[in-house]
Amino acid sequence: MPILLKSETLEVTEERDIVTVRQAVRRVSLEIRLSLVDQTKVITAASELARNLLIYGGGGEVVLEQLQEGARQGVRVHFVDEGPGIENIEVALRDGYTSGGGMGLGLGGAKRLVNEFELVSAPGKGTRITITRWK
Amino acid sequence: MDRIPILTMGHFLLVTIQVDMHDQLALTLQDDLTNKITSTLAKGVLIDISSLEIVDSFIGRMLGNISSMARVLGAGSVVVGMQPAVAITLVELGLSLTGVYTALDVEKGMQLLRRQIDADFYHLTTDGNFVEI
Repeated sequence: MPILLKSETLEVTEERDIVTVRQAVRRVSLEIRLSLVDQTKVITAASELARNLLIYGGGGEVVLEQLQEGARQGVRVHFVDEGPGIENIEVALRDGYTSGGGMGLGLGGAKRLVNEFELVSAPGKGTRITITRWK
Repeated sequence: MDRIPILTMGHFLLVTIQVDMHDQLALTLQDDLTNKITSTLAKGVLIDISSLEIVDSFIGRMLGNISSMARVLGAGSVVVGMQPAVAITLVELGLSLTGVYTALDVEKGMQLLRRQIDADFYHLTTDGNFVEI
């Protein structure tokens, strides 16, 4: 079980908050000294998911965590909304699928950019997505 | 309101994105560029993204849109200076920027633009330089 070193919560209610989320994820990624490529990947994944949170979830909360597991550190980000939820998770993860006006790359793309990806959702129950990138 | 400046240089429009853009800022840039191509009769657009630390699907889509709109308006376009980490991430994200011309730096980008509009405005001399007709 990883140890939680630090945690902060950010509200996402408007477009500019997506930038704030990116900057916060960058800060933690720098702190645990992720390589530049890994930093870029996790920030990009967070950007996609924060936008989804706003557009599809109607806004919500982003919880950013700095973790320690044995010798390695990691950054974990939870995206939590109380929106309509996702009916078919398998389909939603498919590249090119979108229920809105997007490109349909957000979920599947974000999943490819991180080490761990967890999606919990049900219609009417909101959505919780957790991504982790280890150093 | 925030805006990203667009510089006019001869037949070209130059844009350097130096801030972490929120989505509306990206959309504003897209509109401004399209209007400016029409008002200045520009033949080429160069967008420098060397300061951008990430390109997500939204910004990627904006770059694609700008390139399509420029083409429809009879102008060439090129995106220059993408950082290697950004390129790696974009491809893994699944975004290949189809239809968007790219170059490593501003100089190569300008060469590419000049080649794109060669037939309209420039004549390639035997020593490899471009001369305005």
